[in-house]
Amino acid sequence: MKKPWLSYPYILWMTIFIIVPLVLVLYYSLTVKVDGTVVFSLDNFAKVMQPIYLKVLWRSVVLAVASTVICLVLGYPVAMILSGRDLSRKNTLVMLFVIPMWMNFLLRTYAWMTLLDRKGVINLLLGSIGLPQANILYTDWAVILGMVYNFLPFMVLPIFSVLSKIDRSLIEAAEDLGSNSFKVFIRIIFPLSLPGVVSGITMVFMPAVTTFIISKLLGGSQYTLIGNLIEDQFMRVYDWNFGSALSIIMMLMILASMALMSRYDKEEAGGGLI
Amino acid sequence: MENSSKRVLSILTVLILLAVTLTGCTGNEGGAAGKTVTINVFNWGDYIGESTIRDFEDKYPGIKVNYENFSTNEDMYVKIKTGGSAYDVAIPSDYMIKRMLDEGLLNKIDMNNIPNYKFIDQRFKNLSFDPGNEYSVPYMWGTVGILYNKTMVDDTIDSWEVLWDKKYSKQILMPDSERDSIGVTLKMLGYSMNTKNVAELEAARDKLIEQKPLVLAYVVDEVKDMMIGESAAMAVVWSGDAYYCMSENENLEYVIPKEGTNYWFDSMIIPSTSKHQKEAELFIDFMCDPEVAFANADYIGYATPHSEAMKLLDPELTSDRNAYPLMEDLVNCEIFEYPGDEVNKQYNRIWTEVKAD
Amino acid sequence: MNKALKRLYLFIIFLFLYAPVATLIVFSFNSSKSRANWGGFTFRWYSELFHDKQIMNSLYYTLAIALLSSLIATIAGTAAAVAIHNMKKTIRSFVMNVTYLPVLNPDIVTGISLMILFIFIRLDLGFLTLLLAHIAFNIPYVILSVLPKLKQLNKHMYEAALDLGCEPVKAFFKVILPEIMPGIITGFLLAFTLSLDDFIISFFTTGSGVSTLSITVYSMARRGINPKINALSTLMFIAVLGLLLVINKRSSANNKNETARIGNLI
Repeated sequence: MKKPWLSYPYILWMTIFIIVPLVLVLYYSLTVKVDGTVVFSLDNFAKVMQPIYLKVLWRSVVLAVASTVICLVLGYPVAMILSGRDLSRKNTLVMLFVIPMWMNFLLRTYAWMTLLDRKGVINLLLGSIGLPQANILYTDWAVILGMVYNFLPFMVLPIFSVLSKIDRSLIEAAEDLGSNSFKVFIRIIFPLSLPGVVSGITMVFMPAVTTFIISKLLGGSQYTLIGNLIEDQFMRVYDWNFGSALSIIMMLMILASMALMSRYDKEEAGGGLI
Repeated sequence: MENSSKRVLSILTVLILLAVTLTGCTGNEGGAAGKTVTINVFNWGDYIGESTIRDFEDKYPGIKVNYENFSTNEDMYVKIKTGGSAYDVAIPSDYMIKRMLDEGLLNKIDMNNIPNYKFIDQRFKNLSFDPGNEYSVPYMWGTVGILYNKTMVDDTIDSWEVLWDKKYSKQILMPDSERDSIGVTLKMLGYSMNTKNVAELEAARDKLIEQKPLVLAYVVDEVKDMMIGESAAMAVVWSGDAYYCMSENENLEYVIPKEGTNYWFDSMIIPSTSKHQKEAELFIDFMCDPEVAFANADYIGYATPHSEAMKLLDPELTSDRNAYPLMEDLVNCEIFEYPGDEVNKQYNRIWTEVKAD
Repeated sequence: MNKALKRLYLFIIFLFLYAPVATLIVFSFNSSKSRANWGGFTFRWYSELFHDKQIMNSLYYTLAIALLSSLIATIAGTAAAVAIHNMKKTIRSFVMNVTYLPVLNPDIVTGISLMILFIFIRLDLGFLTLLLAHIAFNIPYVILSVLPKLKQLNKHMYEAALDLGCEPVKAFFKVILPEIMPGIITGFLLAFTLSLDDFIISFFTTGSGVSTLSITVYSMARRGINPKINALSTLMFIAVLGLLLVINKRSSANNKNETARIGNLI
């Protein structure tokens, strides 16, 4: 089977559809148009470093971190309960958990528009039991809510799959040796589930930090995130050079955090405390 | 083992055949045979009569219309400029028409092929962005003003300044469109909407940033749904949208603030990417047919530049000087001009900074 | 944790997950356009949905693109995986790193980079570019699903087949293909669902006249609440439910597709 020509078509495809497009983005990010001629320049990157755009970057990261943390806090117990043994009809529950995720992403986000609207269902319910109205649509909270809702399964599933594989006898041994359930959790379950947690964090953080739809639909276009800024440069302002520079920065940010996470993952996977 | 792989292979074959036939269908739809031509029409959201497109296709069975929406002039410009899609008719506004003309993005329209052009009122010919009437055919026109809900606002509204009134915090909707939002702010500050002065633009930016906490959302097409549903107290809107909302919710009222406003003209143009000039001209002519223009204006609520259509419309509407202002009502008002590439970059920058803050 | 408490917590989370979907379903039968009051039961939005040319067109494009792109990606990706599997180590690690890029890269970067490519080579944005873009982001997932199966393969079986006089091509189809079939099927399903659910990459790479369901929903949602979207959501939900039940019956491992994807990512 060692026939090198077998791989040529794929290498060609890969070059055209993966390498060339990214090289083009890089090319745009490193050039500007001056009087119709294209010249090499670092202006686009300098522009990204202006305080106003750093603020956007910062806001995107803060919102994404907040959603990731909320997903972890909400999701970890879910993964634990779902992977627990004492649950009847476990498979059905896991499937029930996955179903909403298979619905179209846009539809899921749209659903929250209906719920959170000033005249929406939530306010209708609050009003009917005499509680004050909650106007969170078009705020940061709505954006975070949208992210948590859309990305929660990405947190739960990897943790769930790791937890399901933990050798039960380890836990039983610890219990036999007199550890209480809190200690078992801290010393055994949590460290063993770390690879899942790390995947979960990456899986939630990445789409959250790059989204432009959630902030547009649920944030009322008020809270520009880096995704919105990039979309704007390509679809409204027609400044592909700046847009490309933003994309390169975002890409580096994501790849770096991934590399960091995977290293952390490897170090921690050996065991030990947090 | 052999059986199962054969089964999978046969399923795959069936699926491929299915997929090929599926795409085969579109091929025919596209009119490869040369019998039907599909023209791409690019228009603002909710900006055409309910059955207009269908009527056109019924009248010209050889032409199919692929109708698409944009939400701001800038969105439309980028789509046409990048050239990824070949549009045959688009309906931008004044300043954008000028810009596209300057950049060679427009085809000349042969007015001999638009016999209905004669029905366009003289007031709407020879406008600054197309002095020779060679590139554009007027579609609708109107103003920008404040639409407000009488039950949610007690003050008399006659100035743009109300948009900065803290009393209406989170009750204000602003257009997610750079020229419109910056324009009304410039007017409020007493500057020209067409200013090329960067200091004035930056003053407008600071004002807009100051306003941000009061704004519920920056919207374009959603504004109608939200105002009719009483989700906000006031919004900066285009006149026709205002009249549509007022017909759906009687608590709403439209005013043109005293500082003056932008009055604008949307005209039909043929982008240089068009591959079906003849059919595009047929479409434009069809839109200028008195009956069609009437039904169209009646449905969408905007002011028509079509003299015959205007006669057919409800006199109560056409005599309303907010809906159909006379030239003397528009003393403080301006038409947007294209400020040139350099200043346009400043407008882009200002708006990006407002949104980014 | 106490069992009742666990159940309560799970119940609350499920409420959070299902409340929006349930609301959409309930309101899809509401004859009043407003979401604040109940105007009576109706099927009107469903019939309007089926008569909406734009939605029906985008449904057709969504399915056609998902089916075609996942099929092509499955075949091409499997071939690529076999090729990669047989590469020399140095080249292999380079090719694999590049293959990972679209998986790791934010969708928006993949989307704009492909858009720039298509415009650069002057390809009209439309069905073809959309299809190419979907194939491009689907292939890596197929490769990542098939490669582990190839690694598990018993090398000697293929050699034994050759020794027994089997031609290489025949040996591949008779010996290797059946063994890696589970990986291929996983890859196909993954590609199909990813393509079906995609918005960002389609948004940047499609042109006039061709729009997927996600893009249509996006432009409709930006115009406010629309009961037709509610009806559409209900139908989608039922379709997903049905599909999952079928897949789940076939093999209980399949509902962990996303887990497999996650596992492959890191």
